[in-house]
Amino acid sequence: MTELMPAEGVFSLIWLLIALPLAGSAVLIFGGRRTNSWGPYLAILMVVGSAALGWTMLLSMMQNSPEQRTFDQTLYSWVFAGSFQADMAFQLDQLSMVFVLLITTVGALIHIYSLGYMAHDANRRKFFGYLNLFVAAMLILVLANNYLLLYVGWEGVGLTSYLLIGFWLHKPAAAAAAKKAFIINRVGDVGLSLAIMLLFVTFGSVSFQDVFGVADQASEGTLTAIGLLLLLAAAGKSAQFPLQAWLLDAMEGPTPVSALIHAATMVTAGVYLIVRSNVVFTAAEWAATAVIIVGVITMWMGAIIGSAKDDIKKSLAGSTMSQIGYMITAAGLGPIGYVFAIFHLLTHGVFKAGLFLGAGSVMHGMRDNVNMRRYGALMGLMGITAVTFIIDYLAIIGIPPFAGFWSKDSIIHAAFEKSTLVGILAMLAAGLTGFYMTRMVAMTFFGKARWEDDEHPHESPKVMTIPLIILAIGATFLGMALLFWGNIKTWLEPVTGLEEVELPLPELAYGGMTLVLVIIGSVIAWVMYARRSVPVEAPRGSWLTRAARNELYGNEVNDVLVVRPSYHASRALVWFDNRGVDGLVNGTAAFVGGLSGRLRRYQTGFARSYALSMVGGAVLVVLALVLVRAS
Amino acid sequence: MNPANYIVLSAVLFSIGAIGVLVRRNAIVVFMSIELMLNAANLAFVSFARMNGNLDGQTVAFFVMVVAAAEVVVGLAIIVTIFRTRRTASIDEPNLLKY
Repeated sequence: MTELMPAEGVFSLIWLLIALPLAGSAVLIFGGRRTNSWGPYLAILMVVGSAALGWTMLLSMMQNSPEQRTFDQTLYSWVFAGSFQADMAFQLDQLSMVFVLLITTVGALIHIYSLGYMAHDANRRKFFGYLNLFVAAMLILVLANNYLLLYVGWEGVGLTSYLLIGFWLHKPAAAAAAKKAFIINRVGDVGLSLAIMLLFVTFGSVSFQDVFGVADQASEGTLTAIGLLLLLAAAGKSAQFPLQAWLLDAMEGPTPVSALIHAATMVTAGVYLIVRSNVVFTAAEWAATAVIIVGVITMWMGAIIGSAKDDIKKSLAGSTMSQIGYMITAAGLGPIGYVFAIFHLLTHGVFKAGLFLGAGSVMHGMRDNVNMRRYGALMGLMGITAVTFIIDYLAIIGIPPFAGFWSKDSIIHAAFEKSTLVGILAMLAAGLTGFYMTRMVAMTFFGKARWEDDEHPHESPKVMTIPLIILAIGATFLGMALLFWGNIKTWLEPVTGLEEVELPLPELAYGGMTLVLVIIGSVIAWVMYARRSVPVEAPRGSWLTRAARNELYGNEVNDVLVVRPSYHASRALVWFDNRGVDGLVNGTAAFVGGLSGRLRRYQTGFARSYALSMVGGAVLVVLALVLVRAS
Repeated sequence: MNPANYIVLSAVLFSIGAIGVLVRRNAIVVFMSIELMLNAANLAFVSFARMNGNLDGQTVAFFVMVVAAAEVVVGLAIIVTIFRTRRTASIDEPNLLKY
């Protein structure tokens, strides 16, 4: 059992990891135009500072024995009501540590890249302020020591995602995409908030330490419910089936945002949530199975969509969905897979950020054109971008010795340990990865030039290419480094547990089979998109291509299942309000009005008719008196 | 003489007055009919006082006379004023105060 260490020495500064980018964003957002000139540099400085602090903590953490690597820092008591207690408290353990490094390091590189990418944007200061705010929120998410504080970070990244997708809000598509991402994320957030309530009702606490200590005492039904709600939350944040529809539209945001938020960090928060709550999923078999199913479906959906899109960013977004599907699948496998989910998350964070930034660099040189059918033969003109992109490409399709080979292979191997069917599906999807990524590379950098007239592609400035180079180096070595030198399995074991099952075939055989599939997929794509000429107008394609181009009708399904029913329901409510509620009120008023209209006709103005009614009344009174007396 | 006869007489006078108010159009005649009803009431009061052997009814009869006198003053003033402006003593003509 791990013991909780007091936050001393460098670990007393855990709060500073978050405070630095938070302060940066506050200065930039509230500082106004005065900070225009130096604000972006301050933002970069803050993230770099945070990253440096993170690396220092890693070195310090490695001095301790594996059981003594969980540090707890309670700043103050945040919410307390009756028996409910939630502290503003942070927990830095091996899992949070790798996330902190990923977020701050990749974040810092993307900040630097943005300096070049957003150089001509009038609102650059605001952009950097939002980016800093995102980093702070994401760090809160991974450093929280209880679910309520995690929820703060969870909502924080949702907010910044909304702000950054809609950063160019003068484009109607961007504004709509931001709204769509936010609304679909709300569905997942409801799952998380219900899970937190259920956790509190069941265990009487929301802190990780308390909940995981007694999780096995709860009934399996309760744990399954909690697990499924957490899965819903993860599906929303990580764009998993059935809440996947927002991610492709989110590509309307600036490319660095797609790299940082919608590839490397925020969309992996769902994986973090599931791995962090591994105790719940290990105890709830059904919830874990549901996680695998969601993961496998999304893995395939993403890959199929990625194979048909002509928009380079949307194709990459499909790829992101697919890769996160791998991670979610791994997280559903139980202790066999948790470690590899995080392993793939880290390598993917690096090479996918590299791919997105590379795509951004291409767009930068092509006047923001995203249509791959208008690219081609860019290899010679954008040397650094092309080489780094191809290295990241080799990493994602899983060619040894690049990073993706080690992490994806581990997941496929772990899938076979759990179930052969899941293993085969994951392996085939790897072949599809080879297809769509080769298609992208072939259409962009090779083949004939299909540029628009008067196009002059050019390489991006150094401030953009240097982050690309650093990420490409990471994509090359990170897999080996983590597996052999960093020993990620034993590093994460105290948090996630580890389990290995003997398989009938040696490990190499699975890797070999995957590799063969990847090469087959790549060769097919190469023949189709590099050897043959690519038409500038997209051909009609088979029914599968058309379906994939339409994102497998995810939007239409949402439309039929959710949007239109709620539209009709609200129409019905409006009708009920107009006719029912207003009808009652207006009807009463009309009745009284009509009645008094009739009654006033008796005010004839003839004194003798008044006299007659007086006499009549008096007679009635007398009769009544007589009758009462008589009875 | 049986006091009940006075009560009957009172009722007859009252009915004549009431019918007079209802059927006659001339304001002066209507006015006289009202006086007739008032005095029928007075007669009933006095008769009851006699039958019950106390003075309450007689006291009330005095009050009624005082009120009737005041009413005559106000009523005739109204009738005369209406006659001056509208040249009519009919009770149906001034019917502007209506819905």
